[in-house]
Amino acid sequence: MPPLGDSAGLPAPGPRQPEKPRHRPVKGPRTPMRENDPLERVAGFTEVGLGYSAKEAHAEAMRCLQCAKPLCIDGCPVHIDIKSFIGKIIEGEECAGVEVLKSRNALPSACGRVCPQEEQCEAACVLKRTGEPIAIGRLERYLGDFDLAREPGDRCRPPLQVPSGKRAAVVGSGPAGLACAGELAMRGHDVTVFESLHVAGGVLVYGIPEFRLPKALVQAEIDMLSEIGVRIVTDAVIGATYTVEDLLGSEGFDAVFIGSGAGLPIFSGIPGENLNGVYSSNEFLTRVNLMRAYDFPRADTPMWRGRAVAVVGGGNVAMDAARTALRLGAEKVTLVYRRTEEEMPARHEEVHHARQEGVEFLMLCSPQEVLGRDGFVTGMRVTRMQLGEPDESGRRAPSCIVGSEFELECDTVIMALGTRANPLLVKAAPDLGLNKRGYVVTDESGATNLPGVYAGGDIVTGSATVIRAMGAGKDAARAMDEWLRR
Amino acid sequence: MSGPLTAVDRYRRRKADMFEVLAQRQLSDAVFEMTVSAPAVAAKARAGQFFILRVDADGERVPFTFSDWSADEGWIRFIYMRVGLTTHKLTHLGAGDFLADVAGPLGVPTHVGGLGRVAVVGGGVGAAVAYAVARAMCAAGDEVTVILGARNSELLILKDEFRALPLKELIVMTDDGSAGRHGLVTAPLKELCEAATIDAAMAIGPAIMMKFCAATTRDHGIPTVVSLNPIMVDGTGMCGACRVSVGGEMKFGCVDGPDFDGHRVDFEELMSRQRVYVDDERLADAEFSKGCTCRR
Ligand SMILES: Cc1cc2nc3c(=O)[nH]c(=O)nc-3n(C[C@H](O)[C@H](O)[C@H](O)COP(=O)(O)OP(=O)(O)OC[C@H]3O[C@@H](n4cnc5c(N)ncnc54)[C@H](O)[C@@H]3O)c2cc1C
Ligand SMILES: Cc1cc2nc3c(=O)[nH]c(=O)nc-3n(C[C@H](O)[C@H](O)[C@H](O)COP(=O)(O)OP(=O)(O)OC[C@H]3O[C@@H](n4cnc5c(N)ncnc54)[C@H](O)[C@@H]3O)c2cc1C
Ligand code: SF4
Ligand code: SF4
Ligand code: FES
Repeated sequence: MPPLGDSAGLPAPGPRQPEKPRHRPVKGPRTPMRENDPLERVAGFTEVGLGYSAKEAHAEAMRCLQCAKPLCIDGCPVHIDIKSFIGKIIEGEECAGVEVLKSRNALPSACGRVCPQEEQCEAACVLKRTGEPIAIGRLERYLGDFDLAREPGDRCRPPLQVPSGKRAAVVGSGPAGLACAGELAMRGHDVTVFESLHVAGGVLVYGIPEFRLPKALVQAEIDMLSEIGVRIVTDAVIGATYTVEDLLGSEGFDAVFIGSGAGLPIFSGIPGENLNGVYSSNEFLTRVNLMRAYDFPRADTPMWRGRAVAVVGGGNVAMDAARTALRLGAEKVTLVYRRTEEEMPARHEEVHHARQEGVEFLMLCSPQEVLGRDGFVTGMRVTRMQLGEPDESGRRAPSCIVGSEFELECDTVIMALGTRANPLLVKAAPDLGLNKRGYVVTDESGATNLPGVYAGGDIVTGSATVIRAMGAGKDAARAMDEWLRR
Repeated sequence: MSGPLTAVDRYRRRKADMFEVLAQRQLSDAVFEMTVSAPAVAAKARAGQFFILRVDADGERVPFTFSDWSADEGWIRFIYMRVGLTTHKLTHLGAGDFLADVAGPLGVPTHVGGLGRVAVVGGGVGAAVAYAVARAMCAAGDEVTVILGARNSELLILKDEFRALPLKELIVMTDDGSAGRHGLVTAPLKELCEAATIDAAMAIGPAIMMKFCAATTRDHGIPTVVSLNPIMVDGTGMCGACRVSVGGEMKFGCVDGPDFDGHRVDFEELMSRQRVYVDDERLADAEFSKGCTCRR
């Protein structure tokens, strides 16, 4: 405690600040997150992770060192002030914590669940060296959910600026579009989001399954946007129903943001790929998540329900497809990946959960042909692979082992090989600058070659992450704000 | 409606967001014509394009081709055959009812104009598309002969509408001879090819009909476009459900088509892929029909 001033020429004491107790970090392992039992959860689509209680969140936050130089922040693509929001949890100031988060991340409940934290914020945390970095994602999820659990009127909402009288159109309602729309609305602009599907949310609703990201959460986030005045028009295919030129012309918008995501699924080009029972991961997940085929015939969209399913790929999408297939009742789900588990781009947690639930991993294997009878899949011819020396990208290139072919019996094949740029966009704006892979070219601010037209998310970077797409949407909104106020 | 995902449908579908049915007309036993208010879609529609609808919050996304539209009055029209659950549900709607979703126009418009002498073959409900296409071709200055086919006179649709177009000729064919000539649409198509009175052909109808039309014109080297109808989900190039093989290459029906070079399409594969859900579809329609009072 500082000595009290006396009359001997020392400055008179100001009003005394209430003392903040100094943070004393608690050493110990990460606070585990409760999960539904693997055998029970594969029977349905309930969420796997249950999230932290207030007590657990506090315990985990207490482990944070509140570093003078918080390295964690550099690990986050949108530089969330992680130290500060964890500090608020320590102090029991959840509302203030939400504000810190929301100033940089419009969808904390989603990112806390689906960010590849082990490669981002948590990889940069100083405690990573001990093998037990702070569970930043889980704490972020805790705060996001805390906010959503409040009455809509009480939720954290940044102050809205006075209406600017300008109108902005946002194409696509995925994370990029939603983040951009939210930021623009807060800055006082009149925002309309155009979505080609019948529901808003992009990959968050049609791709990432319920058991990983409950749709009600995404909906609540979208409802919040509606509350601050964002209009969402579904069934509006930009490039067909309206072109970008229409939006800037007859429709009277002053600026346009394109966040249409990647789209066109990649197939492998092997024989037999058009047999019945071969799906792109996009089709498989869309039928189940968006069209609720799991509820057929109550919902009208059917789904070919395989008993033995082979999923080709090693990313998040492949894990989601494999785990969804289990939930639809498949007896055996095999994940076929041409490198080893170490090279798999999926989040570690998803790989772990997939294994727990009973997905079989067939590593160092590559499909050569889908086999069929009477038009339906009966199996897949697979060859074993070996990894060579690392190439320029640092990844070890796989090559076939001659004579190692074998047949994998299956009745469904799901290709989770990534996506290419969607051709509809070219029609949306024929003069829009695209790179040779068909993605939109922008500068750092998100501006395209067309005046007033901005872009961000997967349509600029190719398939990336939710947080990067959101960050790009927010950045572009700032640039658009300047353009709108020029 | 139940299950954890129903929340995705919750916020929307206030009436203001829905699409009002303006009229429904029965053309034959199983064929209906529906007119729907969809001003934004109507403003952009072109012949040969299609749209996707969902009947209700549980509905499947199902594609239909425009048979007519009015940009000024803001409506679109399509003709459909009752074959399964969605089309069955549609038959229950009338003026004043609402469709949950209408999105479009999708696909590449049919190429019209500069074709010279064209034979347009429409079989079954394909006649609806043939009508839109023939009308656009006439307007673009092509010389159009229409071959209209159906199993019997009962199922023959749009005869009067075709008569009202400035066609070179309208040839009506029925499988049983109950109207027009007796036989398949390929017979007059073959005659036109042999007489060398056409420069191009377009066939729209069941896959099997398009396959035989393409086979007929191939020997005579007459370029032939077919309008394919693979199973679709999103209709925007995102899922790949609609993939078809054309000249050995994978194409997406919804964004690359629906029109393709009939001489290069793998029709066997198309027909096989159309059958993937038959059992499920029967089940769904049977479930729905349990509580249904119509005579189906
Ligand atoms: C199955 C799956 C699992 C994933 N898992 C993870 C994960 O765990 N963690 C993670 O960080 N990332 C994950 N990702 C990646 C992440 O979801 C994407 O990087 C992110 O959603 C991209 O956001 P976006 O806004 O750019 O595009 P999208 O989310 O793709 O949204 C684009 C929206 O635009 C709409 N649209 C497209 N064209 C038009 C048009 N012409 N007119 C109007 N609307 C249009 C689309 O319908 C869509 O709704 C996953 C992706 C998939 C598919
Ligand atoms: C581009 C295009 C344009 C079409 N235009 C017309 C039209 O103008 N008039 C018309 O009557 N029909 C048209 N169809 C076919 C129409 O979409 C199907 O008849 C309809 O989906 C049947 O749905 P259902 O639920 O009533 O029957 P279901 O019992 O679900 O299906 C019956 C059959 O219809 C086909 N089918 C089912 N679902 C789909 C789907 N989502 N996409 C495509 N085909 C499907 C399948 O071959 C199936 O076996 C078109 C299809 C396409 C792809
Ligand atoms: S947004 Fe993602 S990377 Fe950033 S702090 Fe949150 S969980 Fe970590
Ligand atoms: S680096 Fe880790 S310990 Fe340090 S402030 Fe960030 S989260 Fe806390
Ligand atoms: S219908 Fe999905 S890509 Fe064509």
